[in-house]
Amino acid sequence: MEKFTKLTGVAAPLPMVNVDTDKIIPKQFLKTIKRTGLSEGLFYELRFDEDGNKKDFVLDQPAYRNARILVAGENFGCGSSREHAPWALLDAGIRCIIASSFADIFYNNCFKNGILPIALPPDQVDLLMDDAERGANAVVTVDLERQEITGPDGGRVRFEIDPFRKHCLMNGLDDIGLSLQKSDKIEAFEAKRRREQPWL
Amino acid sequence: MAAPRTLFDKIWEGHLVDRQDDGTCLIYIDRHLVHEVTSPQAFEGLRLAGRRLRRPEATLAVADHNVPTTDRSAGIADEESRIQVETLIRNCADFGVPYIEVEDPRQGIVHIIGPEQGFTLPGMTIVCGDSHTSTHGAFGALAFGIGTSEVEHVLATQTLIQQPARNMRITVEGARPPGTTGKDLILAIIGKIGTAGGTGHVIEYAGQAITDLSMEGRMTVCNMSIEAGARAGLIAPDTTTFAYIKGRPMAPKAGAWEQAESAWRGLPSDDGAHYDKEVTLSADQIVPQVTWGTSPEDVVPVTGRVPDPAGAPDEGKRQAMERSLAYMGLKAGTPIGEVVVDKVFIGSCTNGRIEDLREAAAVAKGRKVAEGVQALIVPGSGLVKNQAEEEGLDKFFIEAGFEWREPGCSMCLAMNADKLEPGERCASTSNRNFEGRQGRGGRTHLMSPAMAAAAAVTGRIADVRELV
Repeated sequence: MEKFTKLTGVAAPLPMVNVDTDKIIPKQFLKTIKRTGLSEGLFYELRFDEDGNKKDFVLDQPAYRNARILVAGENFGCGSSREHAPWALLDAGIRCIIASSFADIFYNNCFKNGILPIALPPDQVDLLMDDAERGANAVVTVDLERQEITGPDGGRVRFEIDPFRKHCLMNGLDDIGLSLQKSDKIEAFEAKRRREQPWL
Repeated sequence: MAAPRTLFDKIWEGHLVDRQDDGTCLIYIDRHLVHEVTSPQAFEGLRLAGRRLRRPEATLAVADHNVPTTDRSAGIADEESRIQVETLIRNCADFGVPYIEVEDPRQGIVHIIGPEQGFTLPGMTIVCGDSHTSTHGAFGALAFGIGTSEVEHVLATQTLIQQPARNMRITVEGARPPGTTGKDLILAIIGKIGTAGGTGHVIEYAGQAITDLSMEGRMTVCNMSIEAGARAGLIAPDTTTFAYIKGRPMAPKAGAWEQAESAWRGLPSDDGAHYDKEVTLSADQIVPQVTWGTSPEDVVPVTGRVPDPAGAPDEGKRQAMERSLAYMGLKAGTPIGEVVVDKVFIGSCTNGRIEDLREAAAVAKGRKVAEGVQALIVPGSGLVKNQAEEEGLDKFFIEAGFEWREPGCSMCLAMNADKLEPGERCASTSNRNFEGRQGRGGRTHLMSPAMAAAAAVTGRIADVRELV
């Protein structure tokens, strides 16, 4: 997993609530057995009409083609557990999503892929949304170590994040490797479980 | 004396392998269900890292999302779907995971077969790379959906890194009125608390209307916990639960059974246990429910009308409602009972169990599917299909003009050939009415199996209470 320390980039506005993972990446793109190349399906039905013509979706507009940050409405990432959603975002260059709230599974999946999801109070999201609507001038810096977002005009917003997740993201740590270091504890748990719940 | 604990607290604490100083927990996973869509990259990850699968015997795999529901003898026509299923078969063989073949009568939707096989038991932790894993919470098991990275983590370590959830209790008081089902209860609940109402929480469902439900009904309720934002739903195990489990192939056998049941009896929440959030509904207010929009919270009683965005609580919601109405091709104020349907889908992990088919068959019996309507019955598993055929339900359906299909996820998410065409409207017993969910441009109205059958025979959204 790529480390996340400090990110400076264009923020794209997506002022919609309840953006579900079917919307982020529809089912026809879930048939892959790979993690890569999924950006072609990102927001597919918002980006293309039924004949496959582009609809001028925000990420296809010249000002936002290199966007690294997405600013969206509440309950972002609801619905299906498909990790194809963060894979598609990452494949399109998005490393940070700012919204007033996230659905749990999506939120968690982001951290496994080096994407930083930031939940902020709605009024602060509204301000960043206004910034994002300024197009290529909407350059925002996200500093994970300081837990701080700096807007295009230099305004600063602090954000909260779980310390362990922050640590893993900043160091690009492999969760499985970390957990395997606790093999003794897992084995002890299994032995106890066999004694106490032999039917399992 | 120890502080009173909830069902969730008990399962959580009983599965703690480690707790770090920062509060991050490593919890043990008892059971892992695997399907073809969210597992290939996880197995690939194990291969690349040279890791083994820690407990193949705690894992059970089946193909459900991509499988055709028509004649299967010719295999899967769509190449990508076929490759995904073949990849699952190869991964299971390479890593020693028990796999139920597509031709096996036990094949079906992963959340239907777990309970059927007795793989799902009270007090367990159960995960699957699928958000509707919450279904298994009906047994008093902590069951939740995970992403593919976590699937890989469970395959390698039989654990997950987690933060404890908060406790929420939803009590539905009183008896469920005639003509309403578990589906109507959960739709009414989501309509009340919204699709983010349970975010960060595990929802425990309680009250007479819940405990009166069969295991099938309880599974329907817990299944849609994710649509209320909660990763998991829970119902305390009781005699209904134990009666369902006893004798199932993977359930504890005589001797072990007594010990297991005795442990399970200690699982229900203690009196005075603390909940971070409490919601109470009165069952007698609940009538058959239908969704009108593109979010599961867009719920109206079948006697109601399509709502007006002018009444939205805020600007974001108003815009979302306008967008939903445009997508659904509906006008504010239209009685929902006047909305005409093109297709009917009865099935899915929400409503593809035997009781669901019985309820639909009771409406279909002696009637005909309305002119121009295509109606599909997709049993949740081969065993459900066999049971329905033993009871003669298939005949009622076929005589009425329904299509009697093979088991799978089918038109719930349209990864196989079963899908809506642009603009088509569907009465569906599935769980999500998102834009494009059942096929690009397709319009989904969620409802119970009896209500979907009523829509099939009348050609519109109809109040099933007028038909039975």
